[in-house]
Amino acid sequence: MTLFRPRYRSINTPAPLGMVLTYIILGIWAFVVLFPLYWLVVTSVKLPLDVNRGPVYIPFVDFQPSPHAWIYIFTDLRNDTVRPYINTVVVSLTSTALALTMGGAAAYALTRFTYRPKLGTILTFLACALLAFVALFFGVPWQLAVVAAIAVFILLLQTIAKRFKRSMGNNDIAFWMISQRILPPVAVVIPIYLIYQRLGLLDTWAALIITYVAANLPIVVWLMRDYFQTIPLELEECAAIDGASRYRTFWSIVLPLSLPGLVATFLFVLVFAWNEYLFALFLTGANSQTLPLTIAAQNATRGPQWWYMSVLILIMIIPVIAMAIILERYIARGLLVGAIKG
Amino acid sequence: MNALVAWFDSMATNVFILPAVLVILFLALVPLFLSLYVSLTRLSFGQGSFVLTFVGLDNYAKLLVGIDHVHFLGLWADPSPIGWLVLGLVILAFAWWLIRYVRGGEFAVGGLVGRIVVASVVTVLVWIMVQTIANSGRPGTVGVTLIYVFVDMFFQYMIGLGLAMLCIQHIPGRRFFRVVFLLPMMITPVGVAYTFRMLADTYKGPFYPVWIALGLGGTSWADNAWGARIAVMVGDIWQWTPFMFIVLLAALESQSIEEVEAAVVDGANQWQIFWSITLPSILPVSTTLILIRMIEAFKIIDLPNVLTNGGPGTATESMSLHAYTLWRVLDVGGSAAIAYMLLILVTFSAMSFVNLVRTRAQAVI
Repeated sequence: MTLFRPRYRSINTPAPLGMVLTYIILGIWAFVVLFPLYWLVVTSVKLPLDVNRGPVYIPFVDFQPSPHAWIYIFTDLRNDTVRPYINTVVVSLTSTALALTMGGAAAYALTRFTYRPKLGTILTFLACALLAFVALFFGVPWQLAVVAAIAVFILLLQTIAKRFKRSMGNNDIAFWMISQRILPPVAVVIPIYLIYQRLGLLDTWAALIITYVAANLPIVVWLMRDYFQTIPLELEECAAIDGASRYRTFWSIVLPLSLPGLVATFLFVLVFAWNEYLFALFLTGANSQTLPLTIAAQNATRGPQWWYMSVLILIMIIPVIAMAIILERYIARGLLVGAIKG
Repeated sequence: MNALVAWFDSMATNVFILPAVLVILFLALVPLFLSLYVSLTRLSFGQGSFVLTFVGLDNYAKLLVGIDHVHFLGLWADPSPIGWLVLGLVILAFAWWLIRYVRGGEFAVGGLVGRIVVASVVTVLVWIMVQTIANSGRPGTVGVTLIYVFVDMFFQYMIGLGLAMLCIQHIPGRRFFRVVFLLPMMITPVGVAYTFRMLADTYKGPFYPVWIALGLGGTSWADNAWGARIAVMVGDIWQWTPFMFIVLLAALESQSIEEVEAAVVDGANQWQIFWSITLPSILPVSTTLILIRMIEAFKIIDLPNVLTNGGPGTATESMSLHAYTLWRVLDVGGSAAIAYMLLILVTFSAMSFVNLVRTRAQAVI
């Protein structure tokens, strides 16, 4: 007798014993997942006395719930809660929208156009960019540094860069973009911090938005490239025959067809930007602080204030969880396509 | 006007890709080179601002053989007999693998060199681990990071696979389970860390009766090196199992059922079906999934920082956290040096995994 029957489209319920076991195991893991969330909710309505005197589990039975923490966070600390919340929302949504636009365009370009960038051009460009940044380091005003770098680049392009004939292809570009994900943030955050300081961008929305876009572009390119590869070329050729420009084709035909992928990528990138801690820690101050920092800051001198922290964690995760529940069916499909094609 | 539009249209190839390329170039690649330079310098304060003095490979030497090497690599000790056994087995396995490659059909010098590099680096890492995990030794941040990555990935994959296999059955309520199992991935790691700190508290946490029953009532896991590490690993596994679960679930759901039906008709039992049909079909997805998760896992910093602040001493300090603490004390050179070594470690792992395991697995289908 088999405990589990293999999956069929028509007969796919397991034998009764298998069903019971399945429910037990799934129930155990569901408990493992939901209990910490339950504990968060319960802690957010406990008085400090109730938190510290030992574990109490059920409101109204073990202890009297009190909304003191919620009231404190929303009224006494209103500005200090609302401002990080707004910062988080603005930074996440903006950086996700930008990342999707730029990354989607790049992914589309990598599947439809053929690029043959010459190695010489790339290296000279890199060298000039480095030169500009080093100049920025040493205090040269950024306008001057940029203009000088561009001039040097054009000069070198005409002379030396033409010598190197070797060129790379689409796959190299895609591989390079996607491999940026390997970069540990700690490796790049120090120069980025210094550059933003020179540009006066520290503690602004722009700093975080630009950084998150750069950090999430690899994911967008990875996931969207596979989606665009599944869209047949004939549709776009028809549109081209009818006189549509490349931009029009991309906007009106390709994007609507790849909506599931877009939604999955959007959610993925949004969650990443919403929860991000390291870059926010380095690059923000009091003005543009985001919610993860506010949560970490509840660790006060008298020990972590669990009740306030629970409230903050809850208001931070509720929108994301709501979105995840609504968009759940897209996530699996989006991640899977990226994983299979690799 | 028309000429302008036509020119703009012909520039479409560049317009589509340049923004992304430029952003990544300026914010990922250029800072990488600058970071390399910073890792070769030492920061000090000069007139009105800071000064970066070039010191060559001093920062790296300090971490690998100098005064910081105990913190970074760990405290050497004589390996236990099990340690010697593990090391011996690893060396033998690699020797057999290399010999098989040399004797095998397609032999290329580049391939041999690559394999030798992989074998030697992995052997060195195993040597470090075995030396430091012995009773009188102490793993450094490299060892701790490796423990985190491999133990966490193993459990995440196993639990994710088990849950996915259970969830593809058509039982009432599976949508509920799918949504619920997705949730931990959505929570900010800082939130997860604080939540787990609350939960694991042995005096005030909800599991207090459990600790009492186990006899651990008066102790605190935060005092014990391995207890703290296990706490961090539990938090990490809790948070990232959904990622493995959701992708494996989608992969399992998309496998063809004809093979399974044919196998059932031929009398295969459930274990044979799993081993010979299901596993090979999800192997490509699994390897990509493991690659993605491995790359992310090496960067772990939020959980050890918040949950244990590096642990009793430096017991739970990962390499990212080590770099962060050095940055806090303004040793930016040392911080960049550790970040670079982490980058090298991750790149090495990813490349060897891709070249040796993943291409083989992709070819299975």
